[in-house]
Parts: sequence; structure tokens; C-alpha cells
Amino acid sequence: MTETVEKLSCQELVELVTDYLEDALSPEEKARFEAHIEPCEGCRTYLHQIKTTIELVGRVTPEDLTPDAEATLLGAFRNWHSR
Amino acid sequence: MAFMSPQSLALGTRYSRGVEHALQLEEMQLVEALRHGDERAFEELIRMYQAGLLRVAQIYVSSRPVAEEVVQETWLAVLNGIDRFEGRSSLKTWIFRILANRAKTRAEREGRTIPFSALRNPEGVPEPAVDADRFQDPEHPRFPGQWASPPTDWPEERLLGEETLQLIAAAIETLPPAQRAVITLRDVQGWSAEEVRNALELTETNQRVLLHRARSKVRRALEEYLSESQ
Repeated sequence: MTETVEKLSCQELVELVTDYLEDALSPEEKARFEAHIEPCEGCRTYLHQIKTTIELVGRVTPEDLTPDAEATLLGAFRNWHSR
Repeated sequence: MAFMSPQSLALGTRYSRGVEHALQLEEMQLVEALRHGDERAFEELIRMYQAGLLRVAQIYVSSRPVAEEVVQETWLAVLNGIDRFEGRSSLKTWIFRILANRAKTRAEREGRTIPFSALRNPEGVPEPAVDADRFQDPEHPRFPGQWASPPTDWPEERLLGEETLQLIAAAIETLPPAQRAVITLRDVQGWSAEEVRNALELTETNQRVLLHRARSKVRRALEEYLSESQ
């Protein structure tokens, strides 16, 4: 088998994970990425962990307003409406 | 009038284009309700955007209390400007533009310029996703840049605990402000890349660099947490 392009290292691959998931790699880069990861257990685990991270971040509840801040805003709203 | 529930927006859901269109329609209903003084509409809007606004304000200004002030001012500006909102951009983009302008003005008054470089040139300072010592040397004769200490599978049962989510929230909290804003909008609030680029006036590349760094660091925090105390 002839190698026309240089292979990715694991250290390089981890820096491309977001581009890969965002579909921002060129077709050649994507092929290189997939050729590396298919037999590489460490990188497959890494990609899986990043996907798990994204999913878990999605379960974090966004911060709520403090009751004080909310009261201030609603007060401002009532003032605004009765202007 | 039917509003979307706050939950449906809070779960990091990614919407298809069709759903996004429906959301835009819903947005115009919100605008109309607001113009008619419907307090629930205002509360809905606050619930949808408050967390994101705060994160974005913190990119520009120095402290959390100042960021909170800027967000408050933004809401008042939204109310005062809502009659002039024409729907040429999405309501979301419009609100975040108001915020960014106010936050920038405030930052200038504070004499701060640093945060802008975090948005415009995040690659200026390299930050590896994974520590270099986890890999073989890039010049290694046989295994250059290969995992020396590869990641191992995470225990599924611990991942789902409330403690894990708290750890993630804490990890996001410690990120540099621009990274924190991007991961909050993308992965907590479920915005698209384009929406984040519009709200923060970022290039495609810079949006991805910030997201990449943020996600990499949260993964790292999870890895540390899950490998201790087992």
C-alpha cells in the first residue's frame, strides 16, 4: 500500500475533534481523521468522551436570575408598560 | 397565546431548520405580546436569554456585578426599543447586539481592551486539548505523537449523577470568559454555530477554536474527577 499523505498522530487528532464534529474538515482531512480513528482505540475513546462531555454539558441547567434581580426587572417592566 | 416552555430551550436541544423557523414565528408572537405589555412574555424572554447574556457580558467587563448591571441595562433597552424592532434579524441576535454594544461601552470606560483579543485572536496563545505528556514525543522514532497514556472508558453509572453535573457547571465557570460564553450558548443553550457567531461577532474559525478549547477542558475536568475516588 502506498502512502501519499502523511498519517495523523494521536496528538494531532485530538486537536481536530471539534472540526470533525462541526463538519468543518475538508474531505481529505476527514478521510485522514477516519482512517486514523478506525483502528485506534485511544482516539476512539477520546472522541466518545468528547461526545459524552457535550451531552452532559447539555444537561446543565442554565443559571437563573436571582429573585432580587427578577423583581427589579419586573418592576421596570411595569413602569415601562404604564409609561 | 402558546409560549414554548422554558425547559424546551434549556436542555441543549439542537433544532432542525424547520423547528428553527417555527421558533422564529414564536419569537414574533413574543414580540407582539411584549408590545402589549404581557408580563409573562417578558419573563419568558428573561428565562431564555438571561444566562447567555450574563456570559457574554462577562467577556467584556471585569466583574460579575458589572456584568449583571450591563444585562439589566440591556433588558431596559430591549423594552424601550421593542416598538422599533422590525424582525430583520432574529430577536435573539438583536438582544445580544444591544448587550454587546453596552458591554463594550462599559469596558471602554473601564479601560479594558484585553477581552477583544480573546474573541479576535484566540489562537494567539496555543492551548493543547490534551497535555503533551500524555503522548509519546512527536520525534519518537516509532510512535511519534501516539498516546502514551490513552484515555480509558468512563464508568457510565457515575456519569449520570448529580455530582457530575455540578462538576461540569464548576468547570465551565472556571473557563476564560470567551470560551465560557461559547460553550454556554452552544452546548448548554443549544444554539447553532451561526447564532453564536452572530451574537458574538466571531469568525467561523474563532467560534470553533473557543468551543474546542472549552469542550477539551471540560472533558479534562471530567476525566480527573472520574479517575479519582474510584
